[in-house]
Amino acid sequence: MAIPFSYNFRNLRVRKTTTVMTALGIALTVAVLLGIMAMVVGLNVALQATGHPLQMIVVRKNSNSELGSQVAREALLSIKYKDGIQKFPNGEPMVSGEIVRVINLPRKNNPEGANVNIRGLSQLGIEMRPGIRLAEGNWFEPGQREIVVGQSIALRYVNAALGDTLRFGRGDWKIVGVLDAGKTAFDNEIWGELNQIASDFNQNETLSSVLVRATDPIALEALKNSMADDQRLYLDAKSEVEYYSQLTSSADPVKFLGVFVAIIMAIGSSFAAMNTMYAAVVRRAREIGTLRVLGFSRGSILLSFVVESLLLSLLGGLFGVLLVIPLNGLKSGIGNFGTTFSEIGFDFRITPFIVLVGIAFATIMGIFGGLLPARTAAKQDILNALREL
Amino acid sequence: MENNLVIETVDLHKEYKRDEFQVIALQNANLQIHKGEFVALMGPSGSGKSTLLYLIAAIDRPSQGRVRVLGQDLQQLSDKEIAHWRNEHVGFVFQTFNLIPVLTARENVELPLLLTNLSKKERIEHAETALKLVALSDRMTHYPRQLSGGQEQRVAIARAIVTDPALILADEPTGDLDAHSAQEVLTILTKLNQEHGKTVVMVTHDPHAARYASKIRYLEKGELLPEGSPPPA
Repeated sequence: MAIPFSYNFRNLRVRKTTTVMTALGIALTVAVLLGIMAMVVGLNVALQATGHPLQMIVVRKNSNSELGSQVAREALLSIKYKDGIQKFPNGEPMVSGEIVRVINLPRKNNPEGANVNIRGLSQLGIEMRPGIRLAEGNWFEPGQREIVVGQSIALRYVNAALGDTLRFGRGDWKIVGVLDAGKTAFDNEIWGELNQIASDFNQNETLSSVLVRATDPIALEALKNSMADDQRLYLDAKSEVEYYSQLTSSADPVKFLGVFVAIIMAIGSSFAAMNTMYAAVVRRAREIGTLRVLGFSRGSILLSFVVESLLLSLLGGLFGVLLVIPLNGLKSGIGNFGTTFSEIGFDFRITPFIVLVGIAFATIMGIFGGLLPARTAAKQDILNALREL
Repeated sequence: MENNLVIETVDLHKEYKRDEFQVIALQNANLQIHKGEFVALMGPSGSGKSTLLYLIAAIDRPSQGRVRVLGQDLQQLSDKEIAHWRNEHVGFVFQTFNLIPVLTARENVELPLLLTNLSKKERIEHAETALKLVALSDRMTHYPRQLSGGQEQRVAIARAIVTDPALILADEPTGDLDAHSAQEVLTILTKLNQEHGKTVVMVTHDPHAARYASKIRYLEKGELLPEGSPPPA
């Protein structure tokens, strides 16, 4: 049988200041990693969940985003009558011409403001996005200076709640509804009627993009190829899901930096744990010698010190998880996000998986930090150990 | 070999290398201790008495010669086998008690039993019996820091006898104790020898302590003096 856990546990308790200091170092490392992961998971949910699997976004060739694209209004007619496009029950093709522009709005915690996407679209465009519903109020009426804002906008921006008035373009716009896009990218947009937005932004000749729904996945591919091959139209088509997923790659540098910082901190924390454990081995040399005299093997001593290091790091992991749990559900945003040049709002998400990653990360630090001191303890000569003061 | 021979050393020799110097700690020691004897090993500092005790306990390995304890040639055992053998057959008492400070008296005594197949309940029963034997029933849940030196050494003796070993080895067991506590410890060792039939080998500087033994063997400059020799000057 191994040396009992209570031996390790009580030793950690006896040197509680060192234990807490080392565990806090590990906790901060775990917290940094988990904070970054919670942000990335939140962003992924915001962007990857956006889009219908049979829909594609048509933009001008070589444009990476709707914002940098201009599609002539005549092209809309050519697209509408292509084969493989799904139709509404009334026979109308599922094709929605849309305009996307950026405006700057003051945020509640940042009066200098952030960029927000304005989307001008028709009733067709709304119906092609069945995952989106009104959380409050009504949809905008054609011919009225009315807008509907995403939930994330309503929460985080000044005067952006239902019934408020926002000033952009050529004047004031009344907020008549708040849309719930299920935490997808549309929660960060303001929607208005296509022609109203077009005239306010002086964009009557062109659209930014065209949203098209195919009848099936094969037709989707065929349509994409047909758009790309049509030299006259000079367009590119991407599946809607793919388009929003690609935007998540804009978070890659943040993700990389976060993981890099966490790894550097982890190495530091492992050395701190190692230092603590080496000190423990030196201080308890005579105890180690005594345990050997009593009949405990080198293996039991090794295991005991690794277990102690693990207990220490798991305590740190637990502190780390507790530190980041308040972040769960916290609303934040990344400004000038990727090619949309607008802010993407997202919720930090501490999922059970993230908690497990934090504990696993702490475990690795514990094993790495504990193994060498434990080996030193196990290899000690009994007589030399007994002679230590 | 005689049936009641517990310890037999043949031409036992131990050398240490200290920096570039070779130090002879013990040379050609031939010792025989029989079952039920209480032997005191005496001699000045550096005479090799503790070295001899550590070689008998297999805590150290001889440079030359042979140690046979309870019929077992110790040099034939691996490190792991020695640990197991020691746990089963030898109880060791240190001068500085060497209790584990974070464990209670009962947990300290229970430690060697963790290496046996006894159940938790049986381990506790054995530990409590051992503590009763050293008259510490009322200190079972005390930590070492809550005990006096004499009480700590009695816990250490309980730990040494809890596996019911045939042989008890004590290295200066009264060296850190006041006269009263020393006498208590020596009385317990005598009782273990006389009433429980344990063979006891005790290293000591103290002639008063040595008087509790049934036989005294002297060492001087690494040599074991012949039986019946007077103490070295």
